[in-house]
Amino acid sequence: MSVLEMYVNYLSHSLVRNAIIVGVLIALCSSLLGTTIVLKRLSFIGDGLSHVAFGALAVAMCFSFTNNMLIVLPVTILVAIILMGSNDKSKVKGDAAIAVLSVGALAVGYLVLNLFPGKNSGNVAGDVCSSLFGSTSILTLGGEDVWICIVLSLVVIMFFVVLYHRIFAVTFDENFAAATGIKSKLYRYLLAIIIAVVIVLSMQLVGSLLISALIVFPVLSAERIVRSFFSVVIASAIIGSLCAFAGIMLSILWSTPIGATVVCVNIIVFILCILLGKIFGRK
Amino acid sequence: MAQIQGIDVSLGYEKRIVANNINFEINQGDYLYIVGENGSGKSTLMKCILGLEKAVGGSIKYGDGLRQKEIGYLPQQSNIQRDFPATVQEIVLSGCLNRLGWKPFFGKKEKEIAKEAMRKLEISDLAMRSYPELSGGQQQRVLLARALCATSKMLILDEPVTGLDPYAQEQLYAMIYKINKEEKITIIMVSHDMEAAKMYASHILHIGGEKCVFCTKQEFIKENGGCLF
Repeated sequence: MSVLEMYVNYLSHSLVRNAIIVGVLIALCSSLLGTTIVLKRLSFIGDGLSHVAFGALAVAMCFSFTNNMLIVLPVTILVAIILMGSNDKSKVKGDAAIAVLSVGALAVGYLVLNLFPGKNSGNVAGDVCSSLFGSTSILTLGGEDVWICIVLSLVVIMFFVVLYHRIFAVTFDENFAAATGIKSKLYRYLLAIIIAVVIVLSMQLVGSLLISALIVFPVLSAERIVRSFFSVVIASAIIGSLCAFAGIMLSILWSTPIGATVVCVNIIVFILCILLGKIFGRK
Repeated sequence: MAQIQGIDVSLGYEKRIVANNINFEINQGDYLYIVGENGSGKSTLMKCILGLEKAVGGSIKYGDGLRQKEIGYLPQQSNIQRDFPATVQEIVLSGCLNRLGWKPFFGKKEKEIAKEAMRKLEISDLAMRSYPELSGGQQQRVLLARALCATSKMLILDEPVTGLDPYAQEQLYAMIYKINKEEKITIIMVSHDMEAAKMYASHILHIGGEKCVFCTKQEFIKENGGCLF
């Protein structure tokens, strides 16, 4: 059976199609948000939040909630608001706070999972591994999950399009924006909420340890090859979604873990972009 | 009434007061230098005027049709900005944001204002260039153009020539002076550069400990016998 026939065969299953749709949408949202997160030097917040989400997920799992999102999402949003809300003066402390929080959440999450394994699963190691590194659960998404994901992605994309100029202003120079009457604080909190939503969403795809890759890599790649903010946003959205698509396809072909494959494709593209940037005389 | 009037303003960080009894008055077309040593509260005063921080005591009043949010601001550059991937046009245009109200996108009018600001600062030919590629002096002019987009009344500049070579400093000073004279835009400059203050200022506000002096440049020079501190 040729590779092509195999893909045709796989794609005839709605589960595979769902996985691809969700995967690409998640990657698109992460890379859009990534532009402001990376350029504002907040990458570490994304990383910290993903660990917090893991901790929350662990707690939710041991309570055996029907829908883990009900716990994970609010907790992550709350932490995001606290982290992003701390002002510039406490930046050094903020740095350590994030480290403490993310490692703490990771440890507590793992401990809780071990002490109180959920009723509906006896396999702690499997649970932990899949929530850290992403799972095959993206291949078992029901129609409802897909719709939730599509709606949330559209919200994120709309948010980005409508507020594009404000996001630029606040990302480039928060003080100037605030001084001339832009509600920087408000956008900060909005951004925090959206980041939390995207992180919780992408946990399904790549797991909490690898989320930062989806957020950070596309932007860094785009930065190497284009020079305006607008083109960085567009290029990073395109790179992010293409990498996700390619990664998912490859992982089907080689039966490799989806999350890790997607991230590796991102790494390869990043290296290519560095080379391209060097060849065409950019930094 | 004056554009800005400060009455018995006290400044401080957290609970420590660093400057007391600051009184001043800024009228349209003035060119005020706020001078003083490091840590004397110059930057804090500036932030209070901009509404980014609150004064510990006293009050700052806005008048003569000036609203606080109509003040253009040239902040000190941060590292984030120095290698931010954006074109000159994108950055200048972002200064028009406070004119948008609830509209999500810029229209013809805003683009025209941005174009005009770039023309005034002689950076029109750099419009499509990438910001990190520019020299320090060019970058400052871009940020000044952005500040001009945000105001037609008053500019506050925070040590704008820091890190520039002497030629670029002169050029920037000359441009600011021209904006002050030709557009009748009030300038408030936070600076260490007393030589420049002697040349360009109309008023000087010296902040430092007990002694806060507000006067015209001539009085200031006379008072201090040409020696400014």
